[in-house]
Amino acid sequence: MKELVVISGKGGTGKTSILAAFAALADRCVTADCDVDAADLHLVLDPRVKRTESFSGGVVARIDPARCTGCGRCEELCRFDAVSALGETNAAAAGGGTPGGAAAATRYAIDEIACEGCAVCAYFCPAEAIDLVEETAGDWFVSDARFGPMVHARLRPGGENSGKLVSLVRREARRIADEEGIDMVLVDGSPGIGCPVIASITGADFVLVVTEPTLSGIHDLGRVIELARHFDVPAMVAVNKYDINMDAAAEIEEFASKNGVPVAGRIRYDAAVTAAQIAGRSVVEIGDGPAAEDVRRVWNRVKYVIEQEEH
Amino acid sequence: MRIAIASGKGGTGKTTIATNLAAVAAAAGRRSTYVDCDVEEPNGHIFLKPEIDRSEPVTMLMPVVDEALCTACGECGRICRFKAITLILDRVLTFHELCHACGGCALVCPVRAITERPREVGVLESGTARTAGGAEVGFLHGTLNVKEAMAPPVIRAVKREIPADGLVIVDAPPGASCSMVESVRGADRVILVTEPTPFGLNDLAIAVETVRTMGFEPGVVVNRDGAGDDRVDRWCDEKGIGILARIPDDRTVAEAYSRGELPVDAVPGFRARIEALLAVLDETGSAPGAAPGDDRTSDAEVTE
Ligand code: SF4
Ligand code: SF4
Repeated sequence: MKELVVISGKGGTGKTSILAAFAALADRCVTADCDVDAADLHLVLDPRVKRTESFSGGVVARIDPARCTGCGRCEELCRFDAVSALGETNAAAAGGGTPGGAAAATRYAIDEIACEGCAVCAYFCPAEAIDLVEETAGDWFVSDARFGPMVHARLRPGGENSGKLVSLVRREARRIADEEGIDMVLVDGSPGIGCPVIASITGADFVLVVTEPTLSGIHDLGRVIELARHFDVPAMVAVNKYDINMDAAAEIEEFASKNGVPVAGRIRYDAAVTAAQIAGRSVVEIGDGPAAEDVRRVWNRVKYVIEQEEH
Repeated sequence: MRIAIASGKGGTGKTTIATNLAAVAAAAGRRSTYVDCDVEEPNGHIFLKPEIDRSEPVTMLMPVVDEALCTACGECGRICRFKAITLILDRVLTFHELCHACGGCALVCPVRAITERPREVGVLESGTARTAGGAEVGFLHGTLNVKEAMAPPVIRAVKREIPADGLVIVDAPPGASCSMVESVRGADRVILVTEPTPFGLNDLAIAVETVRTMGFEPGVVVNRDGAGDDRVDRWCDEKGIGILARIPDDRTVAEAYSRGELPVDAVPGFRARIEALLAVLDETGSAPGAAPGDDRTSDAEVTE
């Protein structure tokens, strides 16, 4: 079984459209959408959800207002600016007012989105007023999709720990492939170079970097290649919309080969890509325009290289 | 006024809107600063071409254990939620890639065997860019070192340098998780850039939900208008979200972008669109929910 991860230095380069076309061209495959921040693959592959599981990103701290004495130790200790004072409240309400009501205590609250769940505040809270609660960061699903099983996920807004969720989705996709004897896992990776993309590529067999012929594309490609090399995953590059700027496209190809990364091919700018999206299909399914033709060629190349790896 | 430009996914034109807005405001004689919080892939400098006059490392505090003092009590490992420090046999091991720099281990160690020392995780740079007409745009960005997993500390370092006055345009990273949230926090207004396609709408819906959870009422800019269909329009209408501007689909914009040029300088008619967007933002002020068509704007129209 081989696992191919399609990534890009940044989003919007056409990574998902290309992966969906690969899924259509593969005989049978398991797909995994690891772009958990902005999962889009389901819009093309029509998954029917068979199993839903919730995903816990970790814990967040919560202050029990009944126990909080307003000492402010948590605010002092929190390095993530997650604790803030709620404003003055009546000292009596906070549990220890003086007769004239002159002394006022400040109550505190924790912004769950900013909280890293380090638990330092809870550990040192003298009133033991802080609890750590499991945070549901999102859900993940196992589905039947148009070209085989699909594993995908949905992160709650601001949900933490997408790297962990990415690893989980990939692991599940490989498990299903093993179980059903499917020899290809196609992963829509995350953009960027941070934790989600690191989780997307570690241990994969092969990475295809989709890039655009722009100055920022060249800039980002360098960083992605360095990352793939660091994690020891063989990479190839495909230049999408390459005719937008032929000079930049040539520069990218030169840069890639100089860095020992083969070029899997070029894909022409084609309005059919957007048209396919609107039809909820991949570009190879709606006709034989320039992009469809190019994506087929890239797929054959990538497939060939991956199969070579085996021997 | 601090305006954050965000989007559910990358490649929708966030950086294009952000850099051009900052340049257009500066050209109009305003103090304007562009802040690139997309520290994983900062691209704004490619278009603004700033002169960098300050560069400094962004560090995180990492625990260092003095083995001579350590009694192997294991307290540090118990408080650490990230398994970044742990007692193995009678030795304390630290795993810096896992450390969030919360400082708990140093605080909890009964014999003060742990000190915290800075480790570089990225770079912060600032400087000045100049528009084609010679106006100055303040420039600020951070770059996460490759192989580092945690972007928020670098984003926080960038945000600490944001000037208090003038127009500040924050270019947020795409997505809806920690990095985007950290970049948007503290803004007066949030603009979400999207495309009129199913992918565009799907990602917009996630981004809207995220920023609404944070208490913002976003405005939308539709980029590549005309390339898809009207589903984004219908959805925004249904959800009561104002469309602040539309940038028509135009291959010459993509071409200018590919060459690292600002479309306001390179594409006829583009400047007028960005100026109109800036005017809409000024008109609706810094009130988070204010968008054209809401009460505030209609009042203004009545009094004029
Ligand atoms: S758990 Fe950590 S990050 Fe969360 S509020 Fe407490 S000290 Fe701050
Ligand atoms: S808390 Fe201090 S003494 Fe105890 S194991 Fe950790 S470093 Fe050593």
